[in-house]
Amino acid sequence: MSAVIAFKNVGSMQVAEVDAMAILPIQTTVSPAPTFMEIAPFSAQEVSPALGRGPGRGERLVHGARELAKTVIPPLLGIALLLGIWALVAVKNNSIPGPMQTWDAAAKLFADPFYRNGPNDQGIGWNVLSSLQRVGIGFGFAALVGIPAGFMLGRFNFMNRMFEPVISLLRPVSPLAWLPIGLLVFKRADPAATWTIFICSIWPMILNTAQGVQRVPQDYLNVARVLGLSEDKVITRILFPAVLPYMLTGIRLSIGTAWLVIVAAEMLTGGVGIGFWVWDEWNSLKVEHIIIAIFVIGMVGFALEQMLLLLAKRFTYESR
Amino acid sequence: MKPIVKIESVGQEFPARAGRFVALRDINLAISPGEVVALIGHSGCGKSTLLNLIAGLTRATHGVLLCDNREITGPGPERAVVFQNHSLLPWMTCSENVMLAVERVFGRKEGKAKLTARVVAALEMVHMEHALDKYPHEISGGMKQRVGIARAFAMEPRILLMDEPFGALDALTRASLQDELNGVLAKTGATVVMVTHDVDEAVLLSDRIVMMTNGPAATIGEIVTVDLPRPRDRLELAEDSRFAAYRAAVFEFLYRKQLKKVA
Repeated sequence: MSAVIAFKNVGSMQVAEVDAMAILPIQTTVSPAPTFMEIAPFSAQEVSPALGRGPGRGERLVHGARELAKTVIPPLLGIALLLGIWALVAVKNNSIPGPMQTWDAAAKLFADPFYRNGPNDQGIGWNVLSSLQRVGIGFGFAALVGIPAGFMLGRFNFMNRMFEPVISLLRPVSPLAWLPIGLLVFKRADPAATWTIFICSIWPMILNTAQGVQRVPQDYLNVARVLGLSEDKVITRILFPAVLPYMLTGIRLSIGTAWLVIVAAEMLTGGVGIGFWVWDEWNSLKVEHIIIAIFVIGMVGFALEQMLLLLAKRFTYESR
Repeated sequence: MKPIVKIESVGQEFPARAGRFVALRDINLAISPGEVVALIGHSGCGKSTLLNLIAGLTRATHGVLLCDNREITGPGPERAVVFQNHSLLPWMTCSENVMLAVERVFGRKEGKAKLTARVVAALEMVHMEHALDKYPHEISGGMKQRVGIARAFAMEPRILLMDEPFGALDALTRASLQDELNGVLAKTGATVVMVTHDVDEAVLLSDRIVMMTNGPAATIGEIVTVDLPRPRDRLELAEDSRFAAYRAAVFEFLYRKQLKKVA
């Protein structure tokens, strides 16, 4: 409890990051489950048309269509705008392929995403998978170290003060700066890339877990004391569930950054991976493939984020 | 009758920026079995501090607190607490919340079926049997507080400590929960210490009203013994002159003798 203030420095930056995420439209999908009181009047409204008192069938269809249009049209317009600007740029600049040209190339590319012609010529599917694998391994190690470390920092004020300057110093460093150290220690490119993922994933994991531990409401800890719960029950029934949402935020931030970093790391290390693939296509001047890669990277990143948001939604509890 | 709880010249100080802050001094009180005692006073008078001392959540800096003639050195299941904001764990259903308490107290001696029966009985007592498998966020504030009370009662404590149990509820819900609590107390004969700042609540529910002076260095100012027959009916009492007199006595203390100086 007493640790709250000491960690504020580092912790508050993390809060700012979390809050910024909340502004993104994506976040609207994690709106909390409606409470009992919210559901009740709504369902009453829904019942009334069935009783024949509400608007007619045709009216409802029009209403439904309007609602659908409201949700579908703006995103479609945004994508159309992007394609339009892209097409315009492609027309003005011959070296950049337009949407149609890229589409044709994509059709060819995705006809066989999992081919293998030696170590440096593999399908895009393999490249994406090996990038994901690196992220998974680096991230897994980061979770293994970062989550227990976060618990320690959150629980013990001394540890918190001890590591605060270290974390403050290391956190702003680009993970790529650690790549040479990784190469030196592991002597191979592949674990060195994983190592950068480990470094960039561990900070949000430590900080968010620590913050979660510090923010466990005193009430819950008082309940534990009054009930006289044993230490293992305090951890499994109270601390862990209370910290879980914070941990999941840390995991989501980590995965997001890891996915950003892996592309750059692979450009430097080579091997199989989407980052290396982008660089390889650049060397053979297949610009349409680079554009395809940009879309693929974007979609994979989006999918990762959505998966973790769903997971977070599952484990977020209303406290009131 | 031998008192359950004895508070003997208890004082509580907290470290402050300039030396020490004296919250409580010279508190002496004995609580008999089956008695319902209300602690009342202006906010900041240390009534919650006193309750936390009895609960064992904090230790007194002076004096000694006894429960069943043993010194209170920490929280214990024989002194159950109902918290102001219910403090149900949001990741557990109502029955799981109650089970957590039941398991701790009776888990060693009794089988699963017996424990479950205790949980159901406790929730039935506060008329919440319909919410066994509901999560706290799915029920209203009043219902949550009922479950909180059920959790405390399910432990079969020697004494029940309530910290402004209905403070966070609207007036109508509060009234119905007060009546319900009166009913439960009549059935169980429980000993209760309750912190409140609601004069009507204090008169309606308690046998003695302990009125505290303003802090810092708050202590017990006066004690009113409420000699009204039980069961007490809110509507009948509203017309009862004795009820009005007790009420007036508490108001007199709070607003004439202990009026807070407004800065």
